[in-house]
Amino acid sequence: MNVRDIFKTMEYGPAPESAVEAQAWLESHGRRFGCFIGGAFTEPGETFASRNPATGEELAQVTQATQGDVDVAVKAARKAQGDWAKDHHRRARVLYALARLVQKQSRLFAVLETLDNGKPIRESRDIDIPLVARHFYYHAGMAQLMPTELPDRQPLGVCGQIVPWNFPLLMLAWKVAPALAMGNTVVLKPAEYTSLTALLFADLSREAGVPPGVLNIVTGDGRPGEMIVAAEVDKIAFTGSTSVGRRIREATAGRGIPLTLELGGKSPYIVFDDADLDSAIEGLVDAIWFNQGQVCCAGSRLLVQESVAETFHTKLKRRMDTLRVGDPLDKAIDVGAVVDPVQLKAITEMVEGSAGEVHRANVEIPEGCFYPPTLITGLAPSDRLMQEEIFGPVLVSTTFRTPAEAVQLANDTRYGLAATLWTENVNLALDVAPKLAAGVVWVNATNLFDAAAPFGGVRESGFGREGGWIGLDAYTKPAARAPKPQRIEPFPAPKGGDIGHGPLDRTAKLYIGGKQARPDGGYSRAIWSPKGRLLGHASLANRKDVRNAVEAARGAASWSRTTGHARAQILYYLAENLSARADEFAARLRDMTGTKGETEVAASIDRLFTAAAWADKLDGRAAGVPVRGVALAMHAPVGVIGALCPSSTPLLGLVAVLAPALAMGNCVVAVASEPFPLAATDFYLVLETSDVPAGVANILTGSHSELAPTLAGHLDVDAVWSFGDAEANVVERKAAGNLKRTWLAAEPDVPAREALGHATEVRTIWIPYGEG
Amino acid sequence: MSRFMPSEVHALPGADASPAEVRNPGTPLDLDLVRAVQANTSAIERRAATLPGRRSVKKDWQAAWLLRAITLIDLTTLSGDDTPGRVRRLCAKAANPVRQDILDALGMPPIHTGAVCVYHEMVPVAVEALRGTGIPVAAVSTGFPAGLSPFRLRVAEIEESVKAGAAEIDIVISRRHVLTGDWQALYDEMRQFRQACGDAHVKAILATGELGTLRNVARASHVCMMAGADFIKTSTGKESVNATLPVTLTMVRAIRAYHEATGHRVGYKPAGGISKAKDALTYLALIKDELGDRWLRPDLFRFGASSLLGDIERQLEHHVTGRYSAANRHPTG
Repeated sequence: MNVRDIFKTMEYGPAPESAVEAQAWLESHGRRFGCFIGGAFTEPGETFASRNPATGEELAQVTQATQGDVDVAVKAARKAQGDWAKDHHRRARVLYALARLVQKQSRLFAVLETLDNGKPIRESRDIDIPLVARHFYYHAGMAQLMPTELPDRQPLGVCGQIVPWNFPLLMLAWKVAPALAMGNTVVLKPAEYTSLTALLFADLSREAGVPPGVLNIVTGDGRPGEMIVAAEVDKIAFTGSTSVGRRIREATAGRGIPLTLELGGKSPYIVFDDADLDSAIEGLVDAIWFNQGQVCCAGSRLLVQESVAETFHTKLKRRMDTLRVGDPLDKAIDVGAVVDPVQLKAITEMVEGSAGEVHRANVEIPEGCFYPPTLITGLAPSDRLMQEEIFGPVLVSTTFRTPAEAVQLANDTRYGLAATLWTENVNLALDVAPKLAAGVVWVNATNLFDAAAPFGGVRESGFGREGGWIGLDAYTKPAARAPKPQRIEPFPAPKGGDIGHGPLDRTAKLYIGGKQARPDGGYSRAIWSPKGRLLGHASLANRKDVRNAVEAARGAASWSRTTGHARAQILYYLAENLSARADEFAARLRDMTGTKGETEVAASIDRLFTAAAWADKLDGRAAGVPVRGVALAMHAPVGVIGALCPSSTPLLGLVAVLAPALAMGNCVVAVASEPFPLAATDFYLVLETSDVPAGVANILTGSHSELAPTLAGHLDVDAVWSFGDAEANVVERKAAGNLKRTWLAAEPDVPAREALGHATEVRTIWIPYGEG
Repeated sequence: MSRFMPSEVHALPGADASPAEVRNPGTPLDLDLVRAVQANTSAIERRAATLPGRRSVKKDWQAAWLLRAITLIDLTTLSGDDTPGRVRRLCAKAANPVRQDILDALGMPPIHTGAVCVYHEMVPVAVEALRGTGIPVAAVSTGFPAGLSPFRLRVAEIEESVKAGAAEIDIVISRRHVLTGDWQALYDEMRQFRQACGDAHVKAILATGELGTLRNVARASHVCMMAGADFIKTSTGKESVNATLPVTLTMVRAIRAYHEATGHRVGYKPAGGISKAKDALTYLALIKDELGDRWLRPDLFRFGASSLLGDIERQLEHHVTGRYSAANRHPTG
């Protein structure tokens, strides 16, 4: 090809970015890396090859970390943590220096990322690395503000962090920046395919003044990851597959360490008939052909309104043909290499098994680890590819007729990470966005990220948020030390003698769907006073009662759509009716526990008032993101909450569960105090007389150890709260089933904002705007 | 008014002749389509902002693309102080836009710009100066730049310019028709301008900087194409905002939609503000990706520019010599 020929054909030529500097850095380390522990690289141990997926070329040998390495790393982090937590301003300076460092070496990071991962240099240069710098800048500010803005929070300690291969350095930044800002130290494991930018970052971090031990990197496959999870750490943060996330949930069950899981997705991409279709198509390119579709929040499930489906698919296929697939280091490439031949094989096999109509982009595909942009149409929601994450450049598509059907199809998934919708109708957009089961919703845009905008999922896409103020919750804990949960045994039946006789027998049943229901099993248990007086009988609920209660709670979901004002009215009404029966409840508490009940009743009324007060005041935030638009961090109810109430404080323990949960629009299945259940059963009358809609609050009595596994394992329960010591392990292990959120503590009666946080999901809705 | 003008007028110098393009005959005004047009500003801006980073053309490819860009330039002078001498200089530059030694080093045959664009009074001078070069003369018309002179005179101005030898007429639309949503009036006006042009090709200047929204830009684009515009053009160069990438995306998408619906290809001319070689490459890549290679020829794409050529000349010399160039090393126009 000479100039004259090209002048005629107007073809694109090669436009390679130079890899000289990145290769020189690898050479300077002899292309062999140990782990980075205590501020220095260890001697390389047993190593494995890290390859450039675009060429298969070996870039370096990376150490497979051993148990010894992980132990030393955790120890180094532990040793450094106390000092690191002392000075917030010093931390702010170091994080600021890290941000500057990433900017100063931005091209080196970008090229190395592309070499190691296969993503186009445009993406690593224009998206990944700038977002990394932004994350450190943002959290430098958070470190600076911590003492004044978060006076009641303290660092967790040593954080174990495991990041995936799709955004190697960006995911490191999302984990490391908030952790360090809040005074924690870190042991991080990058994915085995993509360790190199983490090692470069660690290498350069010394120049930013990161003290030895504050940031430790151990490399290797899943095994060192498991070792970190098993180690004496105070936090695990993981981004990766749902299956591994579930294993981590099970492995950490009952250990009382907070967990953040950012997992898979099958995010819907909804196009309404009034959308700017051309822009929606470019959005789709950035949704599913960004990073070869290897994006947890990729808009991989296209839902297009029937009236424009044909036009849209035609335009889309045309657009697919202008995507350029090839050398990721080429500056004019849209789609690079898939991260590893293993991943390529997985994508290939999934698509081969598809029943749909497969359209591959009519583009040149280089030899090697490349997969063509692909569209699969004609699939039904029940098809495997509509449900399962492909994690490749493969889009599946179906159609819908109405907005309601769009929402239904969008939510027809186990996942709930992100969602995109396109419409020019502001009414439609603002109506649909909050109805989507997703932690992040983009309106007329896609894959927008920023340090100020919380990111994370619901359902089996995990829990916890990264970014924004809420993201700091994941790396701090209340400054006051939480007491250990205590187990209290019921008072025993008297050994013979007169058991006395009370007034007319009151039969305490279960409270399900607004009605008192006999227990399915037909068993009850006698409740004795400390002095051996028979106070009554409490039903023993079984798993079927749990099932019925959850069904009732799910059926009452319209509660979540009532206004905060309306919920406040009902909570005040509950307080009013409880107050009217204060003497009765105080007597009941005294009879059951032998201690005076007035204080507990008063505290319960107070908590109802507090929750009522908050019901219309827990405002979301409009995050200051660097685009023309807003990112609304909105508060949404978690959904159906299953709660095992504490043994002590039989009334307050129940009210402290119900009040914040109801205030935020959740529906509850509460299992009353096991030894002292009769205050809860008395509370049915209060609920019945206070306009609480049927199914919003359901109360069971019975054995916690019997009910906990069913409640925690129920796949239609969105969160489980447990305030009993014995069930912690079981609850968290069972919760892994659908990766529901958990709140395990000694008691639910904590400062209101903390409890409300457990009752709330943050959904970030990005709404770019502009007309001109 | 029914002379047939062969499309060879627009043949690409130094390359294969373009396949003869049937002129856009227009369609009836489809108000449903016009009102349904959407243009999401923020999405278009985001796409536009990433475009320069998505494509890169280097080395021989860059030189070739820049040479192609030269053949797509409407070399323009639209100043109150234009004189016959000034126009003759410009025409000479249009016929020899690149130093011969540079062309030789690149192995290129002679090339020339897409057209020379002047005010009506300068048309005869330009026609005379360009005789035999194959370079058409374009005249801005219809009360350029505001388009607020009596309608009768605006039509007459077109006819005068055609009579004087202009092969292309750059008309300005009445912005008020867009701003008041009077699409019928815009359509009728454009129809009559087109008719007055006869066989001369007509470029409809939308003055996008004065239309308020990208939605209006998209709607005006559709209406002008329906009324038979051969080209749609962004600006007069006299508005405070001229050609931008978001406006370009909007207009180019309209052209694509019109082609998909009717089979007719309408040309695009961004004008004003494109002065750097790198900008030209971005525009060419955008056109290539959005509309296809067929649109990278002078019968379907033009740059309305006056200083772009100078920057391209410097880049070409740099490509040949490896040294950064200077303006005074390239003959002025």
